[in-house]
Formats: sequence, structure tokens, C-alpha cells
Amino acid sequence: MAILSDPPEGPFRLSMLLSDTRYRSLTLQAITALVLALCLAYLYRNISTNLQAQGLSLGFSFLQDPSGYDINQRLVEYTSQSTHARAALVGILNTLLVAVLACITATIFGVIAGVLRLSNNWLVSKLMAFYVEIFRNIPVLIWIIIIFTIMTNVMPTPRAFRGDAATSSMLFDLFAFTNRGVYIPGPGFSNPFFASVGMNWLLVIAVLVGSFFGARAIGTWATKIQEATGDRPTTWYMILGVWLLPVAILLTVMGLTWDIPALKGFNFTGGIKIGGPLIALWFALSIYTGAFIAENVRAGIQAVSKGQTEAAGALGLRPGRIMNLVVLPQALRVIIPPLISQYLNITKNSSLAIAVGYADITATLGGITLNQTGRAIECVLLLMLFYLTASLLISAFMNVYNASIKLKER
Amino acid sequence: MAEAATMQVSDEVAVTINNMNKWYGSFHVLRDINLTVNRGERIVICGPSGSGKSTLIRCINALEEHQKGSIEVDGTLLSSDLKNIDKIRSEVGMCFQHFNLFPHLTILENCTLAPIWVRKTPKKEAEEIAMHFLEKVKIPDQANKYPGQLSGGQQQRVAIARSLCMKPRIMLFDEPTSALDPEMIKEVLDTMIELAEEGMTMLCVTHEMGFARQVANRVIFMDEGQIVEQNEPEAFFNNPQSPRTQLFLSQILGH
Ligand SMILES: Nc1ncnc2c1ncn2[C@@H]1O[C@H](COP(=O)(O)OP(=O)(O)O)[C@@H](O)[C@H]1O
Ligand SMILES: [Mg+2]
Repeated sequence: MAILSDPPEGPFRLSMLLSDTRYRSLTLQAITALVLALCLAYLYRNISTNLQAQGLSLGFSFLQDPSGYDINQRLVEYTSQSTHARAALVGILNTLLVAVLACITATIFGVIAGVLRLSNNWLVSKLMAFYVEIFRNIPVLIWIIIIFTIMTNVMPTPRAFRGDAATSSMLFDLFAFTNRGVYIPGPGFSNPFFASVGMNWLLVIAVLVGSFFGARAIGTWATKIQEATGDRPTTWYMILGVWLLPVAILLTVMGLTWDIPALKGFNFTGGIKIGGPLIALWFALSIYTGAFIAENVRAGIQAVSKGQTEAAGALGLRPGRIMNLVVLPQALRVIIPPLISQYLNITKNSSLAIAVGYADITATLGGITLNQTGRAIECVLLLMLFYLTASLLISAFMNVYNASIKLKER
Repeated sequence: MAEAATMQVSDEVAVTINNMNKWYGSFHVLRDINLTVNRGERIVICGPSGSGKSTLIRCINALEEHQKGSIEVDGTLLSSDLKNIDKIRSEVGMCFQHFNLFPHLTILENCTLAPIWVRKTPKKEAEEIAMHFLEKVKIPDQANKYPGQLSGGQQQRVAIARSLCMKPRIMLFDEPTSALDPEMIKEVLDTMIELAEEGMTMLCVTHEMGFARQVANRVIFMDEGQIVEQNEPEAFFNNPQSPRTQLFLSQILGH
């Protein structure tokens, strides 16, 4: 607070708590804190007396009891003998899986649609406008149901792939699109380094992370050369090599094999099954949120004034360089903040999974577990804690990124 | 007024515009423009708002396309060939009414961006060149600040320095002082006068008549997309021929 002039020295009067700028904000904060504390105390008393009256108590030991229900779509080992905690973990992983997948594809859809909407091609830009308006103006729940219904009704049953008179066939003999989901080849290792499958995949990821830093190092090296000689060396083939070679060698050494789905009896076995609910949810969240992201991207690019492009052009820069050096660095700082809230929306909207029977955290912990154990308060508290943590983490991560590209001093 | 006479104009031609026409849709913005600019010549273009002054000079570095006629800059014919456009743009510098500095880059980076990426100058050398021109426009001490931290007059001088870093042979100015507060106009005009004294070929859209009298070899008056009248500054101001010029001058000079 700016001090305007030396305040006149005078005796302290009680009314100054509200009328004097030196005390006013402190007074108001104290009042707010007091009211908040009273509300919380009331809530706590209310809950505890009511629980006591019904002979109940709060506790989380139920999480260790066997769950007694099955989950179709899961990323970790789970049977109906597993605990409720395990069921919650399956749910959390499923929520994270669909949220991460949808964030990635929504960003891709959004960037493409946003850029194309600014295209000079009339038809393309109108098509993109149509996409944006259709998808963001109809609730996402309806899109989830529409896509799920189309999938279950239009796709062939596994049975249709059978026999000599099969009405459906697998794509390239590798992929099977059925009304129960999509079956794709699953990777495996014939000569793994570790007994645990997960460890082998961690190794692959570690190598990719190494490649990432390798590619960055090449970029830094190219910039150094450019600063010294003026010519930037051609690096795309080196970067391609750094990304592909190490991982290809590792996979070859570990003996990568593909487990191809095959029809056994009435259903497909082998490979990886991506269930219909997951696909419907993933796709609906992606196209719906993609429409919002498209608008953010368009606004970001348009926020960079035409004068910037012209000034860069007048200096002799080519359009691609103008995009990379002048327009994008400025557009990104307009695009990133709303992108954060879109990612949060995806994470929270993924709880609509319950509409198509996808076993996310809301469906497992907040659905079946809650109903079977009757532990409503505990389940809902845990549920809130999870979404809050996930959202805050996404937010924190994106804010760090945003700060790193923010415009310095304007 | 004596300076204009002492500044050399060679016979070499810098820009030739031949029967150039331009339309925006069905709107005929530029009609039959014919103009030859010699090397070292300083031309001031004036005229009422919307008469096509900006469009004319923006055609010279291909920020706008023309539909008919020809433009030749330093012997390079302006066509849709990207090579020719690149060549012309690297020889023609331009300053805008609203400066158009890159807000995400420091003053120094603004000045080195094009030399590094277009001229392929090593970074250190590009920075030396940039500092040289920043000293020339008298703001070397601002090199590490961002455009938003500078006054309008300082920003426009940076914009001039940024163009000069590409070592252009021709400079275009589109109302460089119209967005400035009165007390900053002089510092920018002084920079431009200095540039003129060094023999830079300049085409300058401006309504600063003092500047026109002091440095211009020729003043061009445009109205409704046409060059209505052109003459040496003294004759142009003291003895305008066309009634439209007379009307314009009486409005702008305020009598
Ligand atoms: N991109 C454009 N599309 C359509 N009309 C334009 C465009 N740019 C300028 N004009 C029109 O062309 C005319 C000349 O514009 P301009 O060259 O900017 O005039 P001046 O610089 O002399 O004020 C004006 O009537 C203006 O409205
Ligand atoms: Mg103009």
C-alpha cells in the first residue's frame, strides 16, 4: 500500500478499525476468518452428533475389505477378491488413463481445427467453424452416449468375424473393431531384462527420456554453431536418429513380439482390448474439448497483431520463421491459461464415465464401493480429495510452463 | 533549407513504378501510378487519409500485391517469385506508424533477429552491428530492455535501428510520427534527417511539412489513389498547382 503522506498522529479510536486504511483490511480478514471457523465448527458438530445418534463412526478400515465385484477395464491386476482400496486404485488409473489420452487428442484436434479455421480456404474454414459450433454447444454427456450407442449398434459383433461366411474381417489381420471394443496387437518381450513386465517398459521410457535430452542437446549445439558462424546446421536427421535408434536397438535386444488378437470361440483373445466405454468416453471428451481448444488457439493467433507479421515480413523473414520466431511465442501466452482450464475440465468431465459403465474412480469408489459399504462420507471425501489433488497438480504443472513462456516486463 | 541542396542525388535509379494499379476487390485503390526514384533521393508523400499513400509504399516491398503494371527495385522486378520478394525485402527497410517492435524480444534481440535468421550473420557480429545502430539512434543503454518499457519516441528509433541492421539501400516510412506525443516527434525526425544526410534513399509518408521542406527533394501529393501533383518542396508549398492540393495544404497548414 502506498503511503500518501505522514499520517496525522492521533489517539487510536475503535472506529478507525473500519475507517482507517491502515487497519481496515486486517479487520475485515479477521472477521472473515472468524465466520469461517464458526461455520466449520458447526458442520463438524452437526456431523459428529448425527453419526453418534445413528451409532456410526467415521473410519477407513473398510478399504481393506474384499470388494466382491469385477472390473472389466483395468490397468493393474484385480479380481473380485481384491480390496476396495485396490478397486479405487483401478478407478484412479482408469480416470488418469482416459484424462491423459483425451488431453492429448483434444489438444491435437484443437490445434488443427483452430489453425485451419484461420485458413484462407473458404470451405476448410467453414467446416472448422461448423465443427466448433456443433460440438461445443451440445453437452458432452450427450456426445458420450451418442458415440457409445453408435459403437454398440453399428460395429459388428465378434461372431460376425467367424467362419467361412464371415461378414466382417480384421483390418490388416491385426485390428478387430467390434461392438465390445477394439482389439489391437499387444507388445511383449521374448528376451526381457526383468521378470516384471512393467520394469521393461520403464526401461523403454527411460531410454526415450534420454533421447529427449539428446535431441535437446543437438538443438543447443546447432544454436551454438549458428551463433558462431551464422549458418544453422541441418539437424532433423540427427534428431530423428537420436529418437529412433536407441529405442529400436533396445526393443530388438529385448526381442519385441506382438501378441495379435485372434478369434477363440465367441470372442477375441490375445492382444490388447480397448473397451467400448473407454473409446466412447475418450473420443467424446476429445472432440468436445477440442472444439473449445480450437477457439483458444484461434484467439491466441489472432491476438498477435497483423503488424507483427508485417514487420517481420518487411525484415525479410519467411512465413515459417515468422510463425516460429514472432507469432507463436506471443500466441502461446494467450493460449496456455485457458488450456489449463480445458485440461481440468477433461479430468473432471471424465467422471461422466459412469454413463457408459467405464470403471473410473467415480464408478468404483464413488459408485459400487459406496453402495456396498454404505460409507458415503468417507467415499465422497476420498473422491473429492482425489479430484482436487489431480486438478491442483495439473494446474501447478501448467502454471510452471506458463511462467516459463510468459512475456517478460511489458 | 540549404541542406537539401548539398545532399547528393545520383542518376542511378533505385525504384521504378510503371503504370501500377491495385484493387481491393472492386475498390480501385491505386490508379496508374508512375514514379521513378533515384538513388539518394528523398521523397515525401502526403495526401488526405484514405488516398492510398500507405498502400503505395507497401506495394514497394510486397506487403501488398499490385494487380497491374510493374515495380522494379534496384533492378529486381517485383513478381510473385519468392526469390525476388526476398531480395527486395532484404534491400528495403520499413518503419510503421505503430512501430511494430516484437514485444517478446529485448531491444537488442529485435535488432539481431533478422540479421541472424535472414542474413545468417554470426550472433556476436549481429550484436555489434545492432549496438552500432542503437548508438546511432542514441539509445544504446536501452539494449537489454523490452519494447514495452520504452517511450513511443524511443520505440520508433529502435524500429529505425532494427531496419538499418539489415543494411537496406532504401527506407520506407509510413507516418512514423503520427502515433507519437508532440514532444517525441522531434527526436524521431532528427534521426530521419541524419539518415537523409548520409544519403539514404527514402520514401516517407508524413504530414510533417517542416521535415518535407528541410530534407525532401520532391513532395508528392496523392488523392483518390492517384498522384495528383509532384514538385520540389519550395514550389510545392508556395505555388501548388491543382485545386485539390491547394485545399489540402490550406487544411493542413491551417489557413
Ligand atoms: N486490406 C484492405 N481491404 C480493403 N480496403 C482497404 C484495405 N486497406 C486499405 N483499404 C482502403 O484503401 C484505401 C487506401 O488506404 P491507405 O493506403 O491506408 O490510405 P492512406 O494511407 O492514404 O490513409 C482506403 O480507402 C482504405 O479504406
Ligand atoms: Mg496510411
